[in-house]
Amino acid sequence: MDNVKNFTKGLIKENPVFALLLGMCPTLGVTTSAENGLGMGLATTFVLVMANIVISAVKNGIPDKVRIPAFIIIIASFVTVVELTMQAYLPSLFASLGLFIPLIVVNCIVLGRAEAFASKNNVISSAIDGLGMGLGFSLALTLLGAVREFLGSGKVFGLQIYDTNYGMLVFVLAPGAFLVLGYLILVINRFKKA
Amino acid sequence: MESTFKNMVLALLIVTLVSSAILGFVYELTKQPIVDAQLKKKLEAINKVVPPYNNNPNDEMYTIEVEGGEAVEAYPAKMDNKLVGTAIKTYTNKGFSGFIQVMVGFVPNGTVYNYQVLDHKETPGLGSKMNDWFRPQEVVAETADVKFSIFDWLFGIKPGGDGDTKSIVNKTPGNKGFLVAKDGGEIDAITAATISSRAFLDAINRGYTALQKSSQVAIKQDSTLVSTQLQGGE
Repeated sequence: MDNVKNFTKGLIKENPVFALLLGMCPTLGVTTSAENGLGMGLATTFVLVMANIVISAVKNGIPDKVRIPAFIIIIASFVTVVELTMQAYLPSLFASLGLFIPLIVVNCIVLGRAEAFASKNNVISSAIDGLGMGLGFSLALTLLGAVREFLGSGKVFGLQIYDTNYGMLVFVLAPGAFLVLGYLILVINRFKKA
Repeated sequence: MESTFKNMVLALLIVTLVSSAILGFVYELTKQPIVDAQLKKKLEAINKVVPPYNNNPNDEMYTIEVEGGEAVEAYPAKMDNKLVGTAIKTYTNKGFSGFIQVMVGFVPNGTVYNYQVLDHKETPGLGSKMNDWFRPQEVVAETADVKFSIFDWLFGIKPGGDGDTKSIVNKTPGNKGFLVAKDGGEIDAITAATISSRAFLDAINRGYTALQKSSQVAIKQDSTLVSTQLQGGE
């Protein structure tokens, strides 16, 4: 089935973070903890699915030359919806993700899927593609966040595993993001080949 | 689809119109919950930093002007109309990454009851420890972000013991204000985060100065009131 493939390709084979290396800004920026990574991933998933649905639905009514601006407006609207909703109902998550929520607008995964997939396929496969890509992104961010949180502060999802003072601070800071991402890609590529 | 001037304008117009309609709707829908969430966060902070009270500090909020033309917000906490403490929402711009906002509670004699960091962008794992560091150990034990360990001993980090040299709780800034040990004060700075510690204490001192200023004004007003009453009686 094509739709099954559309869904699963985003998880591993074409994972936006580990395989396509798209959306590095939020990936490196917010994954200081597993919870932040998951929150950011789910917010992006929502935007991806909704934007893909709407874009594939209106694609025939949009002239080619104004395609990109029209897509960006649609994406930005959904991002603002997420931002306002999160601010209202999940204020603490909103506080820790901060600037990265509005930045979903310029996340290349979202525009990339809109341009590469949603503008060429029907509504249902676009929605499934968005969901797969979004969940792949969430998975990657959560994994990255969990590893960094564990090595950096001895916690996973806020649950203390070992004493915080033994944690290596570098993993919570920016260089740790690059290190962990690099090694995770290494591990995943190794398994893909096998 | 072929692009002509007409259909390009039309398409963008429709897309933007629909988007703004949806956004307006969502904005209206979330306006009240956002205000409520912010108020809840503020009240939780006030609850934490002042002794138990039974008035509504948010309704009695007043602002005090501090140097530089800025103002801090003060929330008086009263038990049966008697002032038991004042929560001051104070700030500093001297943090390692700029702005830090702190809610700090003072009891009427000027000692710190408790504090809560509301907003900061300090380095995770270093400056971000300030939300626990400046409290006495037994209070910290519950939230447990800074515990004494072999690691501390190895690197000569002071255990803090009863938290006397780290804590600002139950101390009064006095005329000099709180200073870190490096600057000749009595408060131990966060290990490897002296700048954040200085900034934090700067915020507390700003709150204290503001409170002093406002209470002096209040006393003056009281005494003028008394003297006019006396004159009236003559």
